[in-house]
Amino acid sequence: MSKNPEFVKFDKVDKSYDGKVLVVKDLQLDIAEGEFITMLGPSGSGKTTCLMMLAGFETPTNGEILLDGNIISNIPPHKRGIGMVFQNYALFPHMTVYENLAFPLRVRKIEKDEIDKKVDKALSMVSLNGFETRMPGQLSGGQQQRVAVARALVFDPAVVLMDEPLGALDKNLRESMQYEIKHIHESIGVTVVYVTHDQSEALTMSNRIAVFNDGKVQQLSNPAELYEKPVNSFVAEFIGENNTFNGEVSDISGDKCKVKLSNAEILSNAISVKSKGEKTTVSLRPERALIEPSEKMDNMFSGKIEEVIYHGDHTRVRVNLLGNPEFILKVPNSTSNLELKVSQEIKIGWNSYDARALDPK
Amino acid sequence: MSSETKQILTTDGIPLEVSLKKAEKKNKIRAFLLVAPLLLFLFITYVFPIGEMFTRSVDDKMITNMLPKTFQAMEKWDGKELPSEEVFAGFYSDYKVLIENQTQGKLGQRLNKEKNGFNSITKKLMRQIKRNKIDENQSIKEQIMKVHKRWRDVEYWQAIKRTAPPYTMAKYLKGMDMYFAADGSIAQVDEDRRIHRILWLRTLEIALFVTIFCFLMGYPIAHLLATLPMKYSNLLMICVLLPFWTSLLVRTASWMILLQQQGVVNDFFVMIGIVADDNRPEMMYNKVGTYVAMTQILLPFMVLPLYSVMKTISPSLMRAGKSLGGTPFVAFWKVYFPLTIPGIGAGCLLVFILAIGYYITPALVGGASGTLISNQIAYHMKTTLDWSFASAMGLMLLSGVLVIYWIYNKLVGVDNIKLG
Repeated sequence: MSKNPEFVKFDKVDKSYDGKVLVVKDLQLDIAEGEFITMLGPSGSGKTTCLMMLAGFETPTNGEILLDGNIISNIPPHKRGIGMVFQNYALFPHMTVYENLAFPLRVRKIEKDEIDKKVDKALSMVSLNGFETRMPGQLSGGQQQRVAVARALVFDPAVVLMDEPLGALDKNLRESMQYEIKHIHESIGVTVVYVTHDQSEALTMSNRIAVFNDGKVQQLSNPAELYEKPVNSFVAEFIGENNTFNGEVSDISGDKCKVKLSNAEILSNAISVKSKGEKTTVSLRPERALIEPSEKMDNMFSGKIEEVIYHGDHTRVRVNLLGNPEFILKVPNSTSNLELKVSQEIKIGWNSYDARALDPK
Repeated sequence: MSSETKQILTTDGIPLEVSLKKAEKKNKIRAFLLVAPLLLFLFITYVFPIGEMFTRSVDDKMITNMLPKTFQAMEKWDGKELPSEEVFAGFYSDYKVLIENQTQGKLGQRLNKEKNGFNSITKKLMRQIKRNKIDENQSIKEQIMKVHKRWRDVEYWQAIKRTAPPYTMAKYLKGMDMYFAADGSIAQVDEDRRIHRILWLRTLEIALFVTIFCFLMGYPIAHLLATLPMKYSNLLMICVLLPFWTSLLVRTASWMILLQQQGVVNDFFVMIGIVADDNRPEMMYNKVGTYVAMTQILLPFMVLPLYSVMKTISPSLMRAGKSLGGTPFVAFWKVYFPLTIPGIGAGCLLVFILAIGYYITPALVGGASGTLISNQIAYHMKTTLDWSFASAMGLMLLSGVLVIYWIYNKLVGVDNIKLG
């Protein structure tokens, strides 16, 4: 396995459209061969711009993009050999499914027999055999999406870019397509760069996720680490649910710290705080805090239940805790023999290694 | 309950279809009343005039009404030898009535169109009748034949017989430089007098080239309009529409100022030294003038349908074409261009149909070699007052347009036209 860990490399890339605002700032990103990497971020965070620069539709204002060691900034899009799946599929409406898939092969002057073989293979990959003569307008959204994926893969590109390809599908179809794309990626081992603003989509599909905000990569890591160990409060906020306490570091030793809130002191992991007196936001995932814990936990406080919302598989409990009226708890319904009532006082505990003291919001 | 043969009833027991009709009836009547004024308007301004034009173009009742007894007598005549006494007598009594009504001159003019020489012999006959030289108790045939030798010529009587039917296609034949020969067959006009056929061909040629020029100029403009950022495209749109809002006459007149021999364009050519001052090319009162002015005037009709179609083509399609490996040209030719065909069809059809009936511009800048069939129609409407001929040519033009529309429908399909 001699896979190139720097198959795609963004080297100090800046991008500005108007010469006043940088939409991408000093982007440094390496993508390994065969990796499924997702660029995740709110709209306007620069993720689509990065994709367009990679595809060749935008030029970096500064810095270089390298593909397999070669600088590609000056190569026009049609010579890059990068497949792309567009947000609205961009299927050619005047061509049949077969012609759509054959298009990239025909422009490469491939023999007719070979084209037939490749188109057939690509269609079977997305289980759409027998749809060759249909027009895109006669297909459902999900089928169009699959054709678009097949078309981006049919000419065996080294990299496939996907720009929010599932945005237009309904929830169920979107979920099944997520698995389908993931499986296709696993079976053919192509490098995929995927752009989305949907965090659950990113967590489901990717090997690694680059969280974009404000033109910068905030964190680049695998889904588990991104969720469990966010490096700053933006990531903690953006990925999954998050309880926060704003306070000031009152004591720090090693990777542990004490954070002084207005009316109490909590123990936490010190992530981005270095010294006493720093302002900080402590982040805690809702499922890590327990109600009336049976074992000993190093943070134990009591709060008043403000709201109980039934969610099917779990119940969300909103508690006013330590001056934070938005503290959320997730209680699995199987064990909810606890009779949770609004305005009831309950004890809540969590371990300090689950709490992370991050940069102040 | 779900059996198909069983009639479906409403909860009140009325058959569903009846109930539905009843419920919709009011709406249908209301809808019809809403469109009724428009329907009436269309009928009065469109269907009725065209019908009127058609009857006028084939109408030939004038002589039929003037010579009723003659034609009645002629029914028995074989048309080969001189007609019998009855025909002559019929003609004599018809002609006397005309003289009393003082409309005999029209007959002479009309018959003269049918055959040269009628004017003088009818006048001569009139004078004889007025002087009471014709004795009604003797053979009228002998007496009329004595008035002038042409009355003894069977060809003149044949010409009268040809005018008998109340309807004639002669005007249509004339529009194609043909006529009914003496024996009733269709003959061609002498080669040096065939002006209409030249005009038809020239009209087609100019309309075709104007359409091509408009397409070549309009396509890039429409593409720019559809792809430029809003603030530039709005400005460009105004540039396209501004001439559109200016009076046709003003625009044509400004082309006259530009194109005449001492005009702006020629001055410019002389200034930069392309042409010599004493050898200025004629760009007006010929085809060049017609081409230039008509192309400019009809350009918006090409740009607007193209623009509206191009606006709907997602820019990601071109990107997809490029990212899949097509060069910019291939992506344009295989992806973008085929998607604009409905707009091209609409624009070309619109420009061609407008161009084929164009009147003012060729009349002003066309000169002798740049005028079109519509100028000829106008000439007959205003100068010769031969309205039936003008109607016939107008209808020929209209049917030509319908044929083009039909061909277009076969080739491209009218459903594919997009005007916006």
